[in-house]
Amino acid sequence: MSTIAGWGRYPIVQGTERRSEDLEAATRDALLVRGLGRSYGDASLPPLEGQTVINSTLADRLIAFEPETGILRAEAGFSLFDLNRLFLQRGWATPVSPGTQFVTLGGMVASDVHGRNHHVKGCFGEHVRALRMRVADGRILEVTEANERELFRATLGGMGLTGHILEVEVQLEAIPSAWIFRESLQVYNLAELITNLRESSLDWPFTACWVDSMKRGPQMGRGIVTRGRWAEPHEAPAKPPRPRKGPAVPIDFPGWVLSSLTISAFNSLYFHKHGRSLKRGVVHPWTFSYPLDAIGSWNRIYGRRGFAQYQCVLPIENDPSVVQRFFEVMTSSGEASFLTVVKDCGAEGKGMLSFPRPGISIALDLPMHADKTQAITDALNEVVIAAGGRIYLTKDALTRPDHFRAMEPRLDAWNAVRKKWDPDGLIRSALSVRLLGDEA
Amino acid sequence: MKAVILGGTKGMGRELARCLAERGDRVFLLGRKPEVLEKTAKDLEIRGAAGGVATTLCDLRRPEGFGPALDQAQAALDDFDTVIVTAGMIGGDQASLEDDAEACADLLTVNFANTILFCEEARRRLLRRGGGNLVVFSSVAGDRGRKPVILYGATKAGLSSYMEGLDHKFHEQGLRALLVKPGFVKTGMTAGLKPPPFAGEPRPVAERVLRAMDRGDSLVYVPAMWRWIMFVIQLLPRAVMRRIGF
Repeated sequence: MSTIAGWGRYPIVQGTERRSEDLEAATRDALLVRGLGRSYGDASLPPLEGQTVINSTLADRLIAFEPETGILRAEAGFSLFDLNRLFLQRGWATPVSPGTQFVTLGGMVASDVHGRNHHVKGCFGEHVRALRMRVADGRILEVTEANERELFRATLGGMGLTGHILEVEVQLEAIPSAWIFRESLQVYNLAELITNLRESSLDWPFTACWVDSMKRGPQMGRGIVTRGRWAEPHEAPAKPPRPRKGPAVPIDFPGWVLSSLTISAFNSLYFHKHGRSLKRGVVHPWTFSYPLDAIGSWNRIYGRRGFAQYQCVLPIENDPSVVQRFFEVMTSSGEASFLTVVKDCGAEGKGMLSFPRPGISIALDLPMHADKTQAITDALNEVVIAAGGRIYLTKDALTRPDHFRAMEPRLDAWNAVRKKWDPDGLIRSALSVRLLGDEA
Repeated sequence: MKAVILGGTKGMGRELARCLAERGDRVFLLGRKPEVLEKTAKDLEIRGAAGGVATTLCDLRRPEGFGPALDQAQAALDDFDTVIVTAGMIGGDQASLEDDAEACADLLTVNFANTILFCEEARRRLLRRGGGNLVVFSSVAGDRGRKPVILYGATKAGLSSYMEGLDHKFHEQGLRALLVKPGFVKTGMTAGLKPPPFAGEPRPVAERVLRAMDRGDSLVYVPAMWRWIMFVIQLLPRAVMRRIGF
């Protein structure tokens, strides 16, 4: 027995994590499978103290790869870190990458992850060709769009609750080089941010914006827009990028390290360090895609209290001012988000419960302060509900079930599929108990 | 490098096989289960093992198969220069072994007698070609007689002693006998046990062993910290060892 937590280290439960190289055997009658534990809240936690979850990370064999087509099949515990390490140099990349490479293929499917190229490539699930799953009645099935359409679509973004993912087959993307050509520029307010982000997305496959979330008033929403594409061979260094290992945070920082004051100072510094001019050049793919991976155990900077991520997407077709409202509620709450990222999302994908939809996605990091973090989550969720948006379950630890239902008209349809494949509710997590009404 | 691996389908052996494959070495797998061998071979091929990965059955409980299995590997690799042994067993906890003579005999036979018989077959073949690497995974459990691992530790103490002897006698003739002493590593084998502080992950462990192989070392602790942990444990007086549970 030991402690199990997501990346936000809130909540933390006592439980057993059982690692196995033989995922097929280990998932027999299993409650839940977790991978590298990078979802932030309670998605990979057992419902009750003392329960056992299966850890998939040792089940990471490659099963098939076709060098002509780029179709890769691997066990669910295979990590994106290894995928990048082995395949970037061969001219293949994952078509969709989240902000960290310390995730497993199984986790990428369960969260139906999106990345900075969502406006062109959609979610990871759009590129998944097949899954091998152990469903609740014990059977092991090959699940594709063609043969089990409902289950396939419910599993993309289904948080591991529709069955245990054993293998994933995905179409990789051919890339001209393993390096990234990047441009970045300052924006000085929210309107400029959104305009710039949307214009950048017309020409660039990767776009996102870091925001100084402490600024209020006319400078609210100032930040740095970053856009990129795979570098052409003539632009890139001749050698493929080498994996890098950065420093790690050795201890839990004390709580005062991240206060409104220090966060504000850091944000200002980061904003002004960039300077007014457009910056451009070829960068290491990790620097571009996974800046935080460079610092091991970075979640420790939030100290023992942990932190809550909050990510929502707000539709802006009808009412673009909703983003303004969201920022006003956030900045007037007195709670400081250390790292805020804004991104424009493209069309909805296949996943029945997948997070992205057209609009503006906003991700916050909130140091955990007992009741205050709950209150700000509630307040932000009310803005999201009023705007017809939704939240990202992979980041969530604090949303209330009635709020979740109010923002998810898709929930009934997904519940019906889950119920069909797992009528007795054998597969559950702390998240499914908190939000979906499962019994612990 | 042209390496034969006994135990390369699981745990540290699998990770070491992957390290070799990813840098384009040739690998031949020995193991007990055909379907597991086949899946592992495919994994290694995709990772970059040169010339495809062939396999054959070999079981530490059947010493009569050791010679033929190594002959097959020799033919398939067109002579190997490296033999790696990571196979072995924990054999249940000490208390249950104390009441089960059969399980005890099995543990002693597999981990000690038969592992050494396998190494002898490998040693003869390596010396015949003028030398090569013999890499054997023992354990820090062999460094000191300890309450929770009396029998398992005894098999590993014997294996460590054998490897040291080989190094002394055959180093001149080109045999590089590398004794690997893993501390607690989080593999499938240790999945049911509570990890102590300084428990290692298979990948960094395999990378460290690979560096030791390339340097031609004769002893390596993995993770490195365990060298110092065992140094201290070896210094503890018997009166203290009798009192503590470790």
